[in-house]
Amino acid sequence: MQPDIERVVREFVSDNYLYRNIPISPDDSLIASGYVDSTGILELVSFLETTFSLEIADEELIPDNLDSIGRITRFVDRKLSEASGRGGNGQRP
Amino acid sequence: MRVERFLEDSAARFPTKTALVCGDLRVTYAQLASAANHLAHALGLAGVERGDRVLLFLPNSSDAVAALFGVLKAGAVFSPINPTTKAGRLSYLMGNCQARAVVTNRALLPVARDAAGRAELDVAILTTDELDWTSSKPTTPPQHGGIDVDVAMIIYTSGSTGLPKGVVMTHRNIEAAATSITSYLENTPDDVILNALPLSFDYGLYQVLMSAKFGGTVVLEPSFAYPYLVIRKMAAEGVTGLPLVPTMAAILLQMKDLKPGDLPRLRYITNTGAALPPSHIQRLQQLFPTTRIYSMYGLTECKRCTYLPPDQLGIRPLSVGKAIPNTEAYIVDERGERVGPGVVGELVIRGPHIMQGYWGDPEATAKRLRPGPYPWEKVLYTGDLFRMDDEGYLYFVGRQDDIIKTRGVKVSPREVEDVLYSLPGVAEAVVVGTPDPILGMAVKAIIVRAAGSTIAAADVLRHCAAHLEDYAVPKVVEFRSSLPKTDGGKIRRSEVQAEELRACRDVQSVPAEACR
Repeated sequence: MQPDIERVVREFVSDNYLYRNIPISPDDSLIASGYVDSTGILELVSFLETTFSLEIADEELIPDNLDSIGRITRFVDRKLSEASGRGGNGQRP
Repeated sequence: MRVERFLEDSAARFPTKTALVCGDLRVTYAQLASAANHLAHALGLAGVERGDRVLLFLPNSSDAVAALFGVLKAGAVFSPINPTTKAGRLSYLMGNCQARAVVTNRALLPVARDAAGRAELDVAILTTDELDWTSSKPTTPPQHGGIDVDVAMIIYTSGSTGLPKGVVMTHRNIEAAATSITSYLENTPDDVILNALPLSFDYGLYQVLMSAKFGGTVVLEPSFAYPYLVIRKMAAEGVTGLPLVPTMAAILLQMKDLKPGDLPRLRYITNTGAALPPSHIQRLQQLFPTTRIYSMYGLTECKRCTYLPPDQLGIRPLSVGKAIPNTEAYIVDERGERVGPGVVGELVIRGPHIMQGYWGDPEATAKRLRPGPYPWEKVLYTGDLFRMDDEGYLYFVGRQDDIIKTRGVKVSPREVEDVLYSLPGVAEAVVVGTPDPILGMAVKAIIVRAAGSTIAAADVLRHCAAHLEDYAVPKVVEFRSSLPKTDGGKIRRSEVQAEELRACRDVQSVPAEACR
């Protein structure tokens, strides 16, 4: 699952923010490096919500979850496994 | 008064008061003054003399604030540069103002070195990583002999076309602007300002300068990218003042969990950079029912031109108000004669806050600064088209250069953008002219959809047709995922416009069905 998520995220970031195909490592900060601005983060969140059918809450909009391709990948992976974990149990109170 | 006195006076009055909150670091006025003195001496040792230019190449941080006051305390001139600037542009700026030094940090050091090498200048490079923030011992600044008509700073305008120009401001200019603005915002030492705007942008920079002047506290955030964290911080610090640009307002309004009354201590919100769409003003006021909202207008060349008293916002939401205290703003026609209500003309600004000129560019300076009422006086021609109503309130119509001539009629992109912003699902919009064999120029709308929105071109056109004259309804609608912006979050309309003209030259004619 992970490599796939990373590929999709990397593609979105490259297509939308890295105009000249700048190499970017999974740990590069998207904000501090100036690649992504404040509205960019919102677009990114909206993209993640649609692509992976997730719901991301306000309090999840933090650098720990979103500030590098690696962090985004781990965050999405976690959200997806939480969701499927829930699905597996069938119900939640 | 020289600007470093803002800090020195507040350090004398409130030595133990918190001047800055940056992440986990809290800095008192005494500590800030001490760090600034330390940097001033370090700059002197590095060979910086009175009047020398020093670039501040730092992210929003207490270091950047200490550095700007340190440069002034050394008698020198600071120029704040956005930390995401690449070496090529940085070297251009170094060369343009013939910088004597750069103050940066270890992380940005390679970019600064690269730029200095390319500029082929003998630039001293200082880093702030070793600054001691624990000392609040009174220290003395170096003696430099500077006075308040000396240049204090050079702010490079984002230059949406062409090369960046350095706006030259004296200490007196800054004091005049800061005095005027803090008077209408009614700032007191009890104010706590949250600043997420870059200090390279004069709007962000002035939050720090003005707070030092009235003895307030600034909570400095590196950006507005994580609004949830910013809001939490605002609540924790009891923030009373929030300067916004429209992008930030749009981000706030997209938050899912923010409820009316969540920030009861927030006394005021200010907006400038570009106008807030009336629908956003309304929703902001619902979210912050007890907060006063100031619509303002300005340009770097005089810092701020006008503000709308908050009690007028409900009456004339589209107005940017009247001249700020102790300044004048009036509209002139092509011959420079003042015009009456309802007539569109160029806005002219008069007062102690207007710039001295563009650094090393007399030609561009002469275009903006022209003779005023007295033979020795210069006034600022803004290049912005305005009209006023019967009561003298001013309305932004557009940049002189932005007006689109279509079917022989003049269309203001701003007017169309306001309508676009009132359509739910539009997060950002810019309107430009695109060459058209029949119309001369056709009106084109470029839109960034709001998160989750699926609006289509047809929805946009239907909405525009309902709210605009026929000739102003866009012929072409394009959707994009983002728009180029300045440091201040203002959409770079002229860049989008230039790109549009280039693209159309390449393609010859734009197939209408591809866009509609």
